[in-house]
Amino acid sequence: MLEIKNLHVKLEEEDKQILKGVNLTVEAGKVHAIMGPNGSGKSTLSYVLSGRDGYEVTEGTATLDGVDILDMDPEERAAAGLFLAFQYPVEIPGVGNMTFLRTAVNAQRKARGEEEMSSTEFLKTIRARAKDLKIDQDMLKRPVNVGFSGGEKKRNEILQMAMLEPRMCILDETDSGLDVDAMKLVADGVNALRSEGRGFLVITHYQRLLDHIKPDVVHIMSNGRIIKTGGPELALEVENQGYEHLKAEEA
Amino acid sequence: MALPEQKQTLTETRLSGLSVPEGGWAEPARRDALARLRAMGLSTRRDEYWKYTRPDTLTAPEPEAAEVFDDSDEPQLFSERNGLKIVFTDGVFDEGASDALELDGVRIDRLAETSDIHWARDVYGVLEARGQAPVQRPLAAFNTAFATDGVLIHVTGRPSRPIHLIYRRSGNAADAVLHHVVKVDAGACATILETGPAAARLNSGMEVEIADTGTLHHVRAQGRDHERRAATHVFARLGRESVFKSFTLTANGTLTRNECVIELTGDDAVAHVAGACMGDGDFHHDDTVFVTHDAVNCESRQVFKKVLRNGAVGVFQGKILVQPGAQKTDGYQISQALLLDEDSQFLAKPELEIYADDVACSHGSTSGAIDEDSLFYLRARGVPRGEAEDLMTIAFIAEAVLEIEDEDLQSDINDRVAAWLARRRT
Repeated sequence: MLEIKNLHVKLEEEDKQILKGVNLTVEAGKVHAIMGPNGSGKSTLSYVLSGRDGYEVTEGTATLDGVDILDMDPEERAAAGLFLAFQYPVEIPGVGNMTFLRTAVNAQRKARGEEEMSSTEFLKTIRARAKDLKIDQDMLKRPVNVGFSGGEKKRNEILQMAMLEPRMCILDETDSGLDVDAMKLVADGVNALRSEGRGFLVITHYQRLLDHIKPDVVHIMSNGRIIKTGGPELALEVENQGYEHLKAEEA
Repeated sequence: MALPEQKQTLTETRLSGLSVPEGGWAEPARRDALARLRAMGLSTRRDEYWKYTRPDTLTAPEPEAAEVFDDSDEPQLFSERNGLKIVFTDGVFDEGASDALELDGVRIDRLAETSDIHWARDVYGVLEARGQAPVQRPLAAFNTAFATDGVLIHVTGRPSRPIHLIYRRSGNAADAVLHHVVKVDAGACATILETGPAAARLNSGMEVEIADTGTLHHVRAQGRDHERRAATHVFARLGRESVFKSFTLTANGTLTRNECVIELTGDDAVAHVAGACMGDGDFHHDDTVFVTHDAVNCESRQVFKKVLRNGAVGVFQGKILVQPGAQKTDGYQISQALLLDEDSQFLAKPELEIYADDVACSHGSTSGAIDEDSLFYLRARGVPRGEAEDLMTIAFIAEAVLEIEDEDLQSDINDRVAAWLARRRT
């Protein structure tokens, strides 16, 4: 589904190479996790895939269902089925959460040539999904993420994911800033969305989140490259022995 | 002190050929206003109060022509609000197009009526004259002296419908001088809507006297004509526990100067004055506001948002004056510009002058572009760039629009802004 080949990325404004040849394939129905120390390029990978400004791809490709996404605008990638759950969800004063979500859902549908979701259907769907994530009506009415706690912001990300029904979900350190209960709630939300046609790429520092979202494949990223790939046991190895050990192993 | 020669020449040139409308109850007030005007002279660029806005086209003997903007094929703003329609075409009352001036809880007369209207005599030119200090407002005195039309609205109860003043244009070079007087009795409450550009050049004044516990809502949209010019003044005096809320939307217009002068004279009064403007290209918009707190425990808010692109210019001069003894004053003032490109400009002069020691006053002013992080967030969710920018722009002016109490009117304004933005999206 998501296929990344030999991806090299540098910062646009300075001569700094961040990704140095990433190879990664996420199959439909699978959950891949990327772990790695700070500064290894994990978040950069998520931003480059979702189309944020400020990065320059110098080599390599990234395709979603065989289609090159790197030349697409962020909104086109979203309509193609890519979703990034932000590490730091952005507060947008003045834009109501509901308005935002309805605009997004219908913009994607329009881009795909599908019919817009009616207000009734939208309301019905969002109420059900919000309830699963313990998001109350007040949070839906408030401006996007404004005054939300860390946990509320992350739940709101998962709500957006549930409403947009993307085919490929990237979760960028969704566990950061969450307490144990909140993490469980978020993980349940993600697990509920696991399906045969949907791929996940879960980026995290810690093995903890992977106790709740069980990955099929675990990759270790270091210094802009994936240095090791394995099963869930690899996450435990990191938890017990740290990244230095793996880096040494690679060298 | 004699006027500088330049100012005197300017003033007399403008006044030549004009005469104060004769007869009727308002004539003495008009003559007083003319005397005030002659004493202060018309504004020039050298006046501190006109530092950021050139007054010359507003004070010239003849208006510059402005093409009439034809929007007759679109639904008119507030048309679903069932207001009592009072129509002025090129600044002249249009009886044929207006409803009968009859509405429950309010008495409406034309300014041009010569029969004595006692209450209006106590307001006409009175609030304007009070508003001449500490800053002179010559165009307002001009308005009082020469206004040829307008309405006198005496709110005695709670009219079931808003009063909708509609300004239409037919001629390319009409020069309109309109003056309205509003008096709200104790416990009474009304909504006045104003829509349309009125003329190629408009000088309009509205004096609002609100008695104890009275309420007036005022929502105005100044029309979409591109080349028109306008200088408007709203003077409001508020009694105890009274409420005045005024909102203005300005889309387009070569030059607009909206002055608002508010005096809080009774304890526990509330005054909110807000505005949003949308400017593209040849657009200069000036909000000049002066709020005086002269009673205890009053609240005032000034909320102004300007969306500017293609070299449009926004100006804000806003002041809160807290008089000695006006304790427990709660004053708030914010002016912000969203600059959609690097050619646009925002000039702000926020001022506080406080002579009481137990008050809370805040003011802020910002200008900036659309936040890139927010834009990316919206786009990453599938909202196309243009639509995302529009959403952010509407969010930007929301704080001002939310000052309108009626949600239907809020959504009318938001729809108008969204349409303005959509027309500019390519």
